[in-house]
Amino acid sequence: MPELDTDVLVVGAGGAGMYAAVAAARAGARVVLADKSLVGRGGATIMAQMTVAAAVGEWEPDHWTHHLADTVEAGRGLCDERLAAILCEEAPVRIREMDSWRVGWAREDGRMRAVMAPGHKIPRCVYVDFLNTGPAVAKTLRTRVAQGAGIARISGLSIADLVVHDGRVAGAVGINLEDGQPVGIAAAAVILAAGGLTRLFRRNSASANMGGDAYALALNAGAELIDMEFPQFFPIGHLAPRLVGMDPIMWDPFRYKLGGRLLNGRMEEFIENYGERDSGVYTAPRDITSYAIVKECAAGRGSPNGGAYLSFEHIPEPELRLAFGPVIDRLAKNGIDLTKRPVEVAPIAHYHMGGVRVDERMATRVEGLYAAGEAVGGANGANRLSGNAIPEAFVFGERAGRFAAQRKDEPRAWRSADDAQAGRLVERAHGAGGGEAAGLGALLRELQALMWDDVGLLRTEHGLSRALGRIREMRTDELPSLAPRRKAHFDHALLDWLDLGASLLAAESVALAALDRRESRGAHQREDHVATDPARARNQVLRLSADGALDSAWADIVAAPHARAPLEAAE
Amino acid sequence: MSAGSVTIRVRRGAPDEPSRIETFTVPYSEGMSVLDAVMWVRGHVDSTLAIRYACINANACKECMVRVDGKTGYACTSRLGADGALIEPLGNKALIRDLVTDIVPPKERLDAHLEEG
Ligand SMILES: Cc1cc2nc3c(=O)[nH]c(=O)nc-3n(C[C@H](O)[C@H](O)[C@H](O)COP(=O)(O)OP(=O)(O)OC[C@H]3O[C@@H](n4cnc5c(N)ncnc54)[C@H](O)[C@@H]3O)c2cc1C
Ligand code: FES
Repeated sequence: MPELDTDVLVVGAGGAGMYAAVAAARAGARVVLADKSLVGRGGATIMAQMTVAAAVGEWEPDHWTHHLADTVEAGRGLCDERLAAILCEEAPVRIREMDSWRVGWAREDGRMRAVMAPGHKIPRCVYVDFLNTGPAVAKTLRTRVAQGAGIARISGLSIADLVVHDGRVAGAVGINLEDGQPVGIAAAAVILAAGGLTRLFRRNSASANMGGDAYALALNAGAELIDMEFPQFFPIGHLAPRLVGMDPIMWDPFRYKLGGRLLNGRMEEFIENYGERDSGVYTAPRDITSYAIVKECAAGRGSPNGGAYLSFEHIPEPELRLAFGPVIDRLAKNGIDLTKRPVEVAPIAHYHMGGVRVDERMATRVEGLYAAGEAVGGANGANRLSGNAIPEAFVFGERAGRFAAQRKDEPRAWRSADDAQAGRLVERAHGAGGGEAAGLGALLRELQALMWDDVGLLRTEHGLSRALGRIREMRTDELPSLAPRRKAHFDHALLDWLDLGASLLAAESVALAALDRRESRGAHQREDHVATDPARARNQVLRLSADGALDSAWADIVAAPHARAPLEAAE
Repeated sequence: MSAGSVTIRVRRGAPDEPSRIETFTVPYSEGMSVLDAVMWVRGHVDSTLAIRYACINANACKECMVRVDGKTGYACTSRLGADGALIEPLGNKALIRDLVTDIVPPKERLDAHLEEG
């Protein structure tokens, strides 16, 4: 007997996983909701401070087809338009449902307040004051899953492998961190909602749990990934001085409200040299800003910590206070006085467009295996609109939960021989043994540096080939020899080792897809192929072959055009 | 203490291991947090040093509560002074290993669901 048996196993309890659990439970399924960290706390959802895009249409007339048009335009020809349409059409439904659960969307005159964000042509980004969107969303969903009948929440259960027989999912195995117990979970359906992979890059906005587990679990189970070459970088992430307790992407609203001068290490404006204008307002698009900062650094003109300066010194203090009063005090606690010195900023890995390939039911090609949230690829194509990630988590989560629940009466595919799988996993992890201490950290650091330097913003054939070769070596030769010695309780090194295994496979898929896409498009910029090639308006699909090698193939994009509805028709 | 480095003392142990204090010297940078120092040790010296944390910077996950020089606080927002600190697990929660204590709500524990069968 496996340790647990359930209709639906949800892997990861962020926005997508919690929504999936609620939806599956209300469709009558029994659910296990497992997170390697604490339920509702470990991922990106609780860290998001900004906005959620949805054509709610209360603030200004809007319609989901307009949101879709903006999403598809940002996606530079690669969106799975079926998924993008689902995202945009159902976002307002989920936002209203969250509203009925009292998440507390900001209102003015009784109407849900919506603001403009880059790439949107209509103000449609709702939020919770003040910079509290993610925490409010996470809290609301935590309450819902706690109240949902039939949802078993398990914190500190890290899922390490799926169990699959004949193309059909049977369940999963994982490790209970507190006591090191191997755990087998039989399930009629499994939903991968384990989030993104931005931790693979040296500079990132990631939590400790964004190392790409979902992608590795999917590949190892026989599912496919799509658009893996497209990580999104946020151009002006905070770099220095050390700032704690604040979202690293916090400078964005500052520069919207106040402007801000972007300067290189010589205190000169430089955006002009890349075909855009700064002159104290700095409105250049994200990809150009990121590229310009990295190029200045490569040319030896970076700021001391390897980024650019962002200066507000030209703005009088009363104006700063008026716009950001309480935040100015929090900055002061961090020893930052914006009137006296500039801060340093640099691009950071922030979101992943690519992910598990699913159909409109969020089903993968493995029977019974679903995916949701940032782990899913396709909806955002080559570039994501700001504010589209949280609705993606809600909408895809709800759908995955609803459709997965339909399998609740299916006979389990779990076999008695599978009972020993979880134990074997732990044995394998400790098999070689003795790879104590510093080796794991060194390997992770090397991977993050490699991904940043060669698979990040400046990509070339040479750099990508080098990175790919090295990642393969690390994955197949070096990682196995680093398996840590066993500790019974909260085996942190074992967790690191499992994480690293997943990270290396996820990293390899990003590098491989980036190497094979010999053009520039959206978030993927090749120094040696600067133009966009119309013939490559196609998606790359990755799979793991029987011998453990990663294969890539090209697939036609999924087109499902929708005309923009006249706006009077909204509501 | 050499220039540019700082010493932290960490109370380690598990229910079945005697408690001990280990000393680590880590590179110092202005404004660094206690968590920065512990993460540096995990990444460079000993990855078995156990601590709970997720968000690192955002002070959102609230998982990293420890005692710093006897005072309870978040490791990620407690600043590390140039003269270092003594870092210990919470005293009022059951110890699991090193800096990890049992902060998981009872209904979110695996054994709560094993019993249900
Ligand atoms: C700092 C920051 C700010 C952001 N701001 C915005 C914003 O303003 N608007 C917006 O739309 N988007 C924003 N995003 C993006 C958005 O927050 C995410 O894309 C979205 O929340 C992802 O939700 P999710 O549920 O798919 O994943 P997550 O919320 O990341 O949850 C995944 C969960 O899976 C768990 N997990 C991982 N691996 C395993 C495993 N092997 N076993 C068990 N559990 C596992 C993790 O612990 C985690 O709890 C931001 C992201 C960051 C990092
Ligand atoms: S690490 Fe998340 S609050 Fe400290």
